[in-house]
Amino acid sequence: MEPTSHAFKDNVRKALNDDQLQRALGNVKTGFIDKRAKARAALPEFDQLRDQARDIKDHSLAHLDLYLEEYERKVTYSGGHVHWAATAAEAREIILDLCTRAGAKTVTKGKSMVAEEIALNDHLEAQGIEVVETDLGEYLIQIRGETPSHIIAPAVHLNKEQIEQDFRKTHTDLPEDRSLDRPEQLVNEARTVLRDKFIAADVGITGANLLIAETGSSVIVTNEGNGDLTQILPRVHIVIATIEKIVPTREDAMTILRVLARSATGQEFTTYTTFSTGPKRPDDPDGPEEYHVVILDNGRSEMLGTEFREVLRCIRCGACMNHCPVYHAIGGHAYGWVYPGPIGAVLTPSLIGVEKAGHLPNASTFCGRCEAVCPMRIPLPKLMRKLREREFEKAASPWQQRAGIKIWAFFAKRPRLYRRSTNILIAILARFGRRRGTFRYLPFAGGWTKYRELPAPQGRTFHQLWREQRNERVHK
Amino acid sequence: MQSEQTQPRDEQRKPRVGLFVTCLVDLFRPSVGFAAIKLLEQAGCEVHVPEAQTCCGQPAYNSGDRTNAQSIAKQVIAAFETYDYVVAPSGSCAGMLRKHFPALLDNDRDWSERAVRLAGKVHELISFLVDVRGITKVDARYYGTVTYHDSCSGLRELGIKNQPRDLLASVDGLKLKEMPNAEICCGFGGTFSVKYPDISDAMVEKKTDSIEETKADLLLAGDLGCLMNMAGKIKRQGTPVAVRHIAEVLADMADDPAIGDGSTIGRQ
Repeated sequence: MEPTSHAFKDNVRKALNDDQLQRALGNVKTGFIDKRAKARAALPEFDQLRDQARDIKDHSLAHLDLYLEEYERKVTYSGGHVHWAATAAEAREIILDLCTRAGAKTVTKGKSMVAEEIALNDHLEAQGIEVVETDLGEYLIQIRGETPSHIIAPAVHLNKEQIEQDFRKTHTDLPEDRSLDRPEQLVNEARTVLRDKFIAADVGITGANLLIAETGSSVIVTNEGNGDLTQILPRVHIVIATIEKIVPTREDAMTILRVLARSATGQEFTTYTTFSTGPKRPDDPDGPEEYHVVILDNGRSEMLGTEFREVLRCIRCGACMNHCPVYHAIGGHAYGWVYPGPIGAVLTPSLIGVEKAGHLPNASTFCGRCEAVCPMRIPLPKLMRKLREREFEKAASPWQQRAGIKIWAFFAKRPRLYRRSTNILIAILARFGRRRGTFRYLPFAGGWTKYRELPAPQGRTFHQLWREQRNERVHK
Repeated sequence: MQSEQTQPRDEQRKPRVGLFVTCLVDLFRPSVGFAAIKLLEQAGCEVHVPEAQTCCGQPAYNSGDRTNAQSIAKQVIAAFETYDYVVAPSGSCAGMLRKHFPALLDNDRDWSERAVRLAGKVHELISFLVDVRGITKVDARYYGTVTYHDSCSGLRELGIKNQPRDLLASVDGLKLKEMPNAEICCGFGGTFSVKYPDISDAMVEKKTDSIEETKADLLLAGDLGCLMNMAGKIKRQGTPVAVRHIAEVLADMADDPAIGDGSTIGRQ
């Protein structure tokens, strides 16, 4: 998708003025946070597991070539095919080619953020292939023509009434007088509609939460079972995954799965955890006849040797955005690309460039809540600061900001000059502001006084007063 | 002020504390600096205020200007490294000195060790009183209901949570009423508050809603940046809540007009 991260401020204004969105964002704040806290409290070794999970991914990333090659060997051994894609365009072409060769008219899809990243649906649809999202949230945004606003709850910005409207508009072959007041009626309708698609599909595409080198398996976690139907019923199963999903062994996968669901939804485990290894074998009762894995790089290998390597540990649980006060205020679409929240603030500029997405790492107070809850202990604020440094070095940040910082630093580095200047400045401010106590407006402080009063200084600076007091103390 | 461990130390040399005033306290609210000095002296410290201090460097550091942040860090280290302790009435600035200076200078052969040595001596004021000086009670009174906001850096970088509450419990007449979501950011974030005023406002509005819910007459926190942000919003909304730095109450120096309150008599 075409990023709108450069228009972040406009996106923010729109989001803040969207009453419906603001109501919907309330659910993120309460639901996810409480559930995660409970799941964490119920597992005494949770924080130790986080350390283990981090170490597993660090190890995998340090030996990425080794494990990816081992994975390919195992997939091939079990009768599957691995396709390597350096760019989004390559991945799209590979998948389109596989679909065309399978003679696909209908493709079902499990939820995949990587598919969003490469804008797969548009590409397949442009060739006349019907693509059907089968995760309920993804299905909802697909019929609305939207992108996900959250990585595990893509339709978290919608409410029941909007969904009812969309269903009535889209499912025109169903009786008009049907009742869709209750959530379960909506779910049942989606289930009925999707069931036909599952059966009609020629190709099923899923993402992968993990790839296991030891066995050549891919793992997905879902709560709706749609992933299983997507990958078992069609004749061809395509997995789309990125290079950093690899872990060495099944035990490693289990360690990560133990922190994943707890961090994401507060579940001990998702309802379905599905391992797939190769196509259907002669004695298997079901499964696809062809099994393909498309492994995408799309800029990640360039992050390997840098300080941004740590972001490749991400397991896409969404805990960082669930706990982010900025995300709570503006929702996911304002971030302007595929990945919202703190992880998006780091990943997006790393992948599409700080010039296009420089706002994202700047729009953080560094409150540190994301890092505090990240199951993979990714130092998100630190990485956002690194991106700000990269932006500053490239002079990509607004010149007024850079000039402001440089002027301020000029004084801050010269204590005596700083003292003399601030004594005068503060005396003036205090003279005008002390009686009222605040400023309603100040030139050059419009960003502050737009919404807040600026408290006036007390009168003189601490250092002025301290010097006098100390002299008095000495002379007494 | 009573300390469980000061008595036997009286013959020993008093610990020399360098007070890192912080730029906001220096410029906007010197009374917090004097409250800090009173509390530190009551806790048996000899307080010094080095002249060569301006700011901790966060505005540069968090704007990506690493070079200037490094220069300012060196200036702070040189001014403070001779003291036994460095104390700041701010979790954010103390966190900068303690957690970020070593990271900022870790590739600098001449300065990395000095940064690490200084970091080990740096404390935020309230946690220093409780955790290092063993203070359990203060000699102060406040007859009213207060609520306390946990500033992000103090809470998540330095683990400050119970220390301020323990000392507030010893203030005569003071009743603490916790606000919902006390640990969620107020939306200040330094330059963030002026670079992204729309988001900052949405955040501080949620915070002032939480504050109002407590019906407290006084809001306290340990960081002047957050306090000025919340006070600025409270004043704009016209809510009858006073705002002060926690040190003012603990030092029994809550007589000056509160943050953002006007005064008819000027301070001398």
